[in-house]
Amino acid sequence: MNTRQQSKLIYSWYGKPLGSDRKLRTSHYKGILITSESSKTETCIQLGDFILVEGVNADQPYVAQLVDLYEDGAQHKHAVVQWFCRLEEIPQNQRKMLKRDISAQEVFFDQVLGYDTDIAAETIIKSIMVIPLHLGEELPVITLNKEQTFYVKQSWDGKCFKVLSPDTFSKLKEANKTRGVITNSSKASIPSDIFTPVKKKTESVVRSATKPKKIDMEIESKHSSSKSSLSKERHSQRMANNDIKTPTARKKLELNSPTRSKGRLLGYEVLGLLDDDCDATAPLEQSATKRKVKFTNDILGSPPKIPCSDDKSKSTTQSAEHHQSDIMRLSPYTKVNDFSDEDKNLQEKDDVPSLGGYQSSQSPVVTPRSRRRCVQKTSALIAEQISMLDQEDFLSDSDSSYSLSSEEKEDDDDDDVPCTPEKKTKSNRILSTPKSSRKSAVHTPAKTLRKTPLKGTPRTPRNATPEIPRRIQATQEPASVLEEARLRLHVSAIPESLPCREEEFQDIYNFVESKLIDGTGGCMYISGVPGTGKTATVHEVIRCLQQAAENDELPPFQFVEINGMKLTDPHQAYVQILEVLKIRGHSFFSLIFLSLSLQLDLLWTQKQNVMYNLFDWPTQRHSKLIILAIANTMDLPERIMMNRVASRLGLTRMSFQPYTYKQLQQIVSSRLKGVKAFEEDAVQLVSRKVAALSGDARRCLDICRRATEICEFARQKRAPEMVRMAHVTEAIDEMFSSPYVNAIRNASLHEQIFLKAILAEFRRAGVEEATVQQIYHHHVALCRMEGLQSPTVSETMAICSRLGACRLLLVEASSKYLHMRVRLNLSQDDVMYALREE
Amino acid sequence: MKPSAMSKRKLKESSAESAESISQVQKILRERFCHHFCAAGKLFGMEQQYRHLLELLRRTTVHGESNSALVIGPRGSGKTALLNHVLKDLREMTQVRENLLEVHLNGLLQTNDKVALKEITRQLQLENVVGDKVFGSFAENLAFLLEALRKGNRTSSCPILFVLDEFDLFVHHKNQSLLYNLFDISQSAQTPVTVIGLTCRQDILELLEKRVKSRFSHRQIYLMNSFDFKQYIKIFKNQLSLPAEFPDEPFAQKWNNNVQHLSEDKAVQDVLQKLFHHSKDLRSLHLLLMLAVSAVTVHHPLLTAADLQEASRQHSTDSKANIVHGLSVLEICLIIAMKHLNEVYDGEPFNFQMVYNEFQKFIQRKAHSMYNFEKPVVMKAFEHLLQLELVQPLERPSARAQREFLLLKLLLDSSQIMEALQLYPNCPTDVKQWAASSLSWL
Repeated sequence: MNTRQQSKLIYSWYGKPLGSDRKLRTSHYKGILITSESSKTETCIQLGDFILVEGVNADQPYVAQLVDLYEDGAQHKHAVVQWFCRLEEIPQNQRKMLKRDISAQEVFFDQVLGYDTDIAAETIIKSIMVIPLHLGEELPVITLNKEQTFYVKQSWDGKCFKVLSPDTFSKLKEANKTRGVITNSSKASIPSDIFTPVKKKTESVVRSATKPKKIDMEIESKHSSSKSSLSKERHSQRMANNDIKTPTARKKLELNSPTRSKGRLLGYEVLGLLDDDCDATAPLEQSATKRKVKFTNDILGSPPKIPCSDDKSKSTTQSAEHHQSDIMRLSPYTKVNDFSDEDKNLQEKDDVPSLGGYQSSQSPVVTPRSRRRCVQKTSALIAEQISMLDQEDFLSDSDSSYSLSSEEKEDDDDDDVPCTPEKKTKSNRILSTPKSSRKSAVHTPAKTLRKTPLKGTPRTPRNATPEIPRRIQATQEPASVLEEARLRLHVSAIPESLPCREEEFQDIYNFVESKLIDGTGGCMYISGVPGTGKTATVHEVIRCLQQAAENDELPPFQFVEINGMKLTDPHQAYVQILEVLKIRGHSFFSLIFLSLSLQLDLLWTQKQNVMYNLFDWPTQRHSKLIILAIANTMDLPERIMMNRVASRLGLTRMSFQPYTYKQLQQIVSSRLKGVKAFEEDAVQLVSRKVAALSGDARRCLDICRRATEICEFARQKRAPEMVRMAHVTEAIDEMFSSPYVNAIRNASLHEQIFLKAILAEFRRAGVEEATVQQIYHHHVALCRMEGLQSPTVSETMAICSRLGACRLLLVEASSKYLHMRVRLNLSQDDVMYALREE
Repeated sequence: MKPSAMSKRKLKESSAESAESISQVQKILRERFCHHFCAAGKLFGMEQQYRHLLELLRRTTVHGESNSALVIGPRGSGKTALLNHVLKDLREMTQVRENLLEVHLNGLLQTNDKVALKEITRQLQLENVVGDKVFGSFAENLAFLLEALRKGNRTSSCPILFVLDEFDLFVHHKNQSLLYNLFDISQSAQTPVTVIGLTCRQDILELLEKRVKSRFSHRQIYLMNSFDFKQYIKIFKNQLSLPAEFPDEPFAQKWNNNVQHLSEDKAVQDVLQKLFHHSKDLRSLHLLLMLAVSAVTVHHPLLTAADLQEASRQHSTDSKANIVHGLSVLEICLIIAMKHLNEVYDGEPFNFQMVYNEFQKFIQRKAHSMYNFEKPVVMKAFEHLLQLELVQPLERPSARAQREFLLLKLLLDSSQIMEALQLYPNCPTDVKQWAASSLSWL
């Protein structure tokens, strides 16, 4: 069928059919030839080769391995492939489980079930290299063909990452070898352009509507790498939905200078796309040949509203592009057919961009699942970007009016997406929607409402606003590297992500998300020693969930934090909950994050009724309360709680392990990224030391911070200085050294003799307790031996009470005078060690 | 000795005009010795700690960095003095002066969190303060304060310095919730606060609850009195010298010269050495000097080594032995009887009847000069000893138990008794002999 068209890529079989199935009327081949008419080149792709397959996203074609090639009865060329997935296709929140940096060239062996491996042969773009590597291996330095070489280290099955099985590994290796031979022999070169992808899903929609065989999907080459692939995805969708090509959108995008910030660019692009959608649809709806539209768009299709100043230069470049561009005709994918059902689950949102956000990452947020959920996905993304655009205030008035019209249109298109209209209104700055007010309610603390003026009793400060006076002089910004490092190492500095807690994050996130989606209540008990990131992780989860809820991916919810340590009385917990519930009605989901910080010393009452009521709540019918309870001890429910409370808490438990030294090292270095203030070894020393003692991340950061101070003290001269081992060692000594030995060494002579007398008395009596009178006799004897004047009883008593105040000794009440009993507060060995060193 | 004697003679001539100067000296020195923690004094042997603390507080105010630290050192080691010095110097910096709110709490005054919270609110002058009173319940106050602190941020809010004196007493508050909240704020991105705790307990970190401990930055500044005797002499000189701005300059010159001589005097050095061996803290030195300086009068305008020796003697006398000097012979006899009982029964408690029997034995067999007192009289003397707390009952006297058979313990060591007897005026010799040996009558 490809010969029928005047397309520039011709797909033909390589060699004779290997075999054919009569029943199915299919014949299998061992290779396919792609001939490009424009450049007169021919590429041969054989079974086992690695290929790029057009995807929803032009810059990110899918990576696959060719498994089978056949032609079906209708003479459609098909290919069966083994998919690989890119990092971008993995949901953002699950990427954390990798715990390592992934280069752009790395792909994962895809073992997710449910993907259609049968694709149309025409979607194959070209062959590439995929080299299997062991997990620890570094990526080899790529010299040439950077875009065409990928590496695979792990496999991905939708839930977790696994190391490649040796079987697959050798198979992949094998495939590479054979492939190398073939490319050499065929000597084919490929035009370097990549094709605009066509969205698989919408394609099938299109086909059902408008006989896709007659439609040319147009492929345009693209060079502008600054373009967001997100927008391209959207673009292609738009294209499919409206059966139209909107080249002006492209053009407008290219007008954006690359210096513009990414966020603006995105917003602008989206708007441009929307613009073009609405005005290009009308005149071009019926046009059958897209090519015409495309080639004439410079004259015909340029709408007057493009704020294009350098139109001329642009058009020339574009025509140049057209020169190279190829057109091919696509047969519909079978791969996507079975996913149309999923459209219906639009409420249910997967993954998506809660963490990295669209601002920071260049990489588009594409997930494997979203391959088939593009409609909902893209609409959400559009909404997201428009809202961002709104913030940026980038729109001119005329633009916004256009965007409005296009939104209306889009609403017609996707009116099965219930969340979009709301978002759209947001972009039009109608902020009085119930949603936005809810949002503000979430953000502003409960107190603001509580403090509404209430002319009442003078006893309570109801109309007072809690505020600390503002400082008069501005804070100084960090001047040196060390100061910068110190600022970043402060525990209060909020890191962009929480390293080393990806799995816990995922578990909690999934738990809450599933409960939210199901609309049920539940409890989760989180335990771990202090400083292991429990609260930080939960806060991070809440932040992500709130973001997701704002994007309408999740039902909205309320969040209440109760910290047992910040309550004066257990019953105050009710007050805190009430304050939040007062703001909004009870119709919303409630998520209570309960920090049982003082393992129930505080929420613990005699009858445990506070805890009972809280934990009983989620078990009630229709209750929509999710409790995340945090405490330090793992077996708290069994130890303290009554049975009826413990049973309501349920069995969803999670414990945070103390950080290992590697994790601590990662935490410190992630905070210090970009600041060269620490030697590598120094960080490692701190991490190992802390991990050996407690695994408390706060301690680790404190030591590092102290080390920078010591370093600053030590350097004096202006020379830039790094924190070295010596500084770190000093800081560690300062924080962990026992103060007792030092205190004894600096004690006065008679105090030391007194301690010696205690030891002597202990040794004599064999009991680790003695009265002052007994010690006094020893003391006098010792003084006589050393030729010192022996002290009076009063002086001895004074010495004893001084040592007692420092808690070197434990002493009884002093009314007993000579009969006061004395014990050592440290081991005898320590005392001897401290005294001997003199 | 010689130069001081010479200067004494010289001073006699100008005694009239020096009367004014003497009272000036007394005033200056007494002020110095009494308010040893005030910022006007000098710091000794803690330059490093001073720099550390100053730098810490400077960063809090200038950069808005939250911190927490503990200043740990034995009593009299200069913790408060150090802090006051740092604060004084800090207030002199222009960039700091008006950028720091201070909250001073003392564990002895703020005995629970409720009181402490009210005090914090009052010192911060938050809006729920009317006049000098803080309104609202405990829970409201806590919520209000936390909310106020949460609203601030590093760059715009005025940093707050919390000074917790007697930090160890805050540890005993219920749940340590005040400490938890303060440390929690210092570890989160809220209003910048610095919490400085002053304590004398070396085991303070073990007292902190684990959540509180984790939030504390483990910054400890130890004050140890780690100077040696040479520095001690220097401190002695420094503390006794008159400042340059003293009005009567020639007198100040003379006084300072005298102090210089004193510090080189062997007798004075012996006195100081003894004190140094007993206690290194500067308060005891101040106490000694205070006693010595009180001896300075118009007729005795300059300190001598003898003054210091006398002061040292007073300073180191045994308090219980002093009481013994004022007892009657009968009471002394009872104490000696108790001492013998202690020796015979190896420190086991005794009762009045046993003491009386022992006393009777002495009277009948040995005593020649002693009158045989009636039992009630002996009882009366015994009760006097009880009141002086030279003997202590093991349990509280109850109405049912007979007073004669109440079990008691002697609070004096035999060495103290012997020493006191040596100094006791007009002690009968047979009593002295009896004291030396319980078997002397054999």
